[in-house]
Amino acid sequence: MPATLKEAGARGVLARGLGRSYGDAAQNGGGCVLRLRGGARHIVLDAPRATATVGAGVSIDDLLRVIVPRGFFIPVTPGTRLVTIGGAIASDIHGKNHHVDGSIGNHVEAMTMVLADGSSCVLTPQTNAELFWATIGGMGLTGVMVEATIRLLPIETSRMRVDTSRVADLDDLFSTMSEGDEESRYSVAWIDLVAKGRHLGRSLLHRADHARLADLDGKSAAAPLAFAPRQLVSVPPLVPRPGVLNHATVAAFNEVWFRKAPKRRVGEIQGIGYFFHPLDLVGSWNRLYGSRGMVQYQFVVPFGEERAMRVVVERLSASGAASFLAVLKRFGAANPGPLSFPQPGWTLALDIPVASRGLPELLHGLDRVVLDAGGRHYLAKDAHMSAEAVRRGYPRLDEWKAQRDQVDPERVWRSDLGRRLGLI
Amino acid sequence: MENALGEPQTIVLLGGTSEIGLAIVRKLINPTTRTVVLACRDVERGEKAALSLGHDDLVVDVVPFEATNSAAHAQLVASLAEKYDDIDVAIIAFALLGEGEVTTVDPVAAAEIGDVNFTGVVSSTIAVANQMRSQGHGSIVLLSSVAGERVRRANPVYGGTKAGVDGFAQGFGDVIAADGVHMLIVRPGFVETRMTVGRKPAPFTVTAEAVAEGTVKALRSKRRVVWVPGVLRFVFIVLRHLPGPLWRRLPLG
Repeated sequence: MPATLKEAGARGVLARGLGRSYGDAAQNGGGCVLRLRGGARHIVLDAPRATATVGAGVSIDDLLRVIVPRGFFIPVTPGTRLVTIGGAIASDIHGKNHHVDGSIGNHVEAMTMVLADGSSCVLTPQTNAELFWATIGGMGLTGVMVEATIRLLPIETSRMRVDTSRVADLDDLFSTMSEGDEESRYSVAWIDLVAKGRHLGRSLLHRADHARLADLDGKSAAAPLAFAPRQLVSVPPLVPRPGVLNHATVAAFNEVWFRKAPKRRVGEIQGIGYFFHPLDLVGSWNRLYGSRGMVQYQFVVPFGEERAMRVVVERLSASGAASFLAVLKRFGAANPGPLSFPQPGWTLALDIPVASRGLPELLHGLDRVVLDAGGRHYLAKDAHMSAEAVRRGYPRLDEWKAQRDQVDPERVWRSDLGRRLGLI
Repeated sequence: MENALGEPQTIVLLGGTSEIGLAIVRKLINPTTRTVVLACRDVERGEKAALSLGHDDLVVDVVPFEATNSAAHAQLVASLAEKYDDIDVAIIAFALLGEGEVTTVDPVAAAEIGDVNFTGVVSSTIAVANQMRSQGHGSIVLLSSVAGERVRRANPVYGGTKAGVDGFAQGFGDVIAADGVHMLIVRPGFVETRMTVGRKPAPFTVTAEAVAEGTVKALRSKRRVVWVPGVLRFVFIVLRHLPGPLWRRLPLG
């Protein structure tokens, strides 16, 4: 790596994980991109302390296949297992348990980094707090992570105990989620953004916790920690150019999805893969959007700004831009990372096909609503924002830049996202 | 750096007072745009054009540009990249039309059109492309014309230069595609602009705005060639294959 750093030209160097960011976070046009190796042999589990030291290039999939059968779970998991630990920390990912456990940065004990001058160092929240927190959510622009030690969550089984209930509209959703979210470790709402009028914001609320041994019976009780998730199907490469996800198909899907769910179901046992990582069941699912692809839009608005969230949901629903798998969730406390995305409030994440008519105007309009409400957007998912939107959404950006300037004055670390959003 | 919606942050217009060029720039400007550079021979007129662009945070820079001074093109592009970082879209929009009848008898006037429309376009396109190849991304919009598709007797010098740059852009576009640079060739029909004032409009006349609209749409979907209006593509499939005696007798001005 030091050799690469020496040869790095004006376009700089960037570490890349599995490339699953929705935008250009893992791209470096004209520059150098490092791909770290991963695999089970880069995982060291310390069971008595409930920690694991993991190579930055190891995927969450690899990690879970090692630790779940031994009775541990990763403290924060995103909606796919196909991301690396390095990428997860650089994006400070969150999961369905943010309101209780915070984001992944809250569970990192130490990180080994290679800095721009080629030297290595170990960062912890105690010994090197400023650089530690600048790296959490720093989008890989402070250095290359080699490995990280994270605290794990002990589990009795590899199953989830899931409660599902239908929620009639947006107001109902806000009030239902505001009460009793704290009683469940995991809570998320799937929201139907195609529904209009009195159905606006109708949702399915899923709340869950890890199942205890006593919750299992029969075959599953015999192997409580079994974990071997598989991909069910894969989308073939030949999808027609406009994709198959349009307003009609998404509206039909959403209708069926909403109606097939029971009004209320308590204590359903689901596997970890099915509950947390439904996208991983369908290989290359992105092909469903056709060759022009999709953008993901995720933002947070503070509590008390429910009106802004309503405006966004109304505009999305009125625009007819198809979105399936939109999710709404409550965030808990923020961590000290200046570029960490989560802050207390409501977050909404959704997909939109790029070819949707009027999409640029729609998204820039939504950006203003979000920023005016004191909200911000998730850098790891961004593919369209202006540099100005980042400055407004992340008021501690200058603090982060000052820290970065100390460890990388020459701007060795560069990415397309960094160029586009004025981070470098 | 352009975003996933195809919205550029830095736009360079070579031929900074070109009406079609400015119409394309106006269509491309979006909330993420930081810089527009108008490179033109007549800086004063460029500055007037600059006033018609823009939103609050936008920097509009007018720089002198001489199409026939090929030796200075690389230097100009380098200085822009130095000041504004990556160039996302460059529009090559300058050209001389010339008086058809004069150019067919005046060797010097004809050569000047060749120097600007062909030599200048080729050298400035290569200068821009070199910068974009080092960036690993970028789009070049090259304004060709249906006049080059089958050259008419009404304006053979202009038509000939357009045929030349169109051919150059086709081949060169394939060269730079490997380095992530996108070349879009725009073939408008008769466009009502300052350049064509006083000339008899041909069939399928369009406005500069229509050309801009078609260009931006084609840019976003990464097409290589766009005809404005679209029907001209099919009209010229026929015209290109007309037997010479018939073609010469067509009332095309």
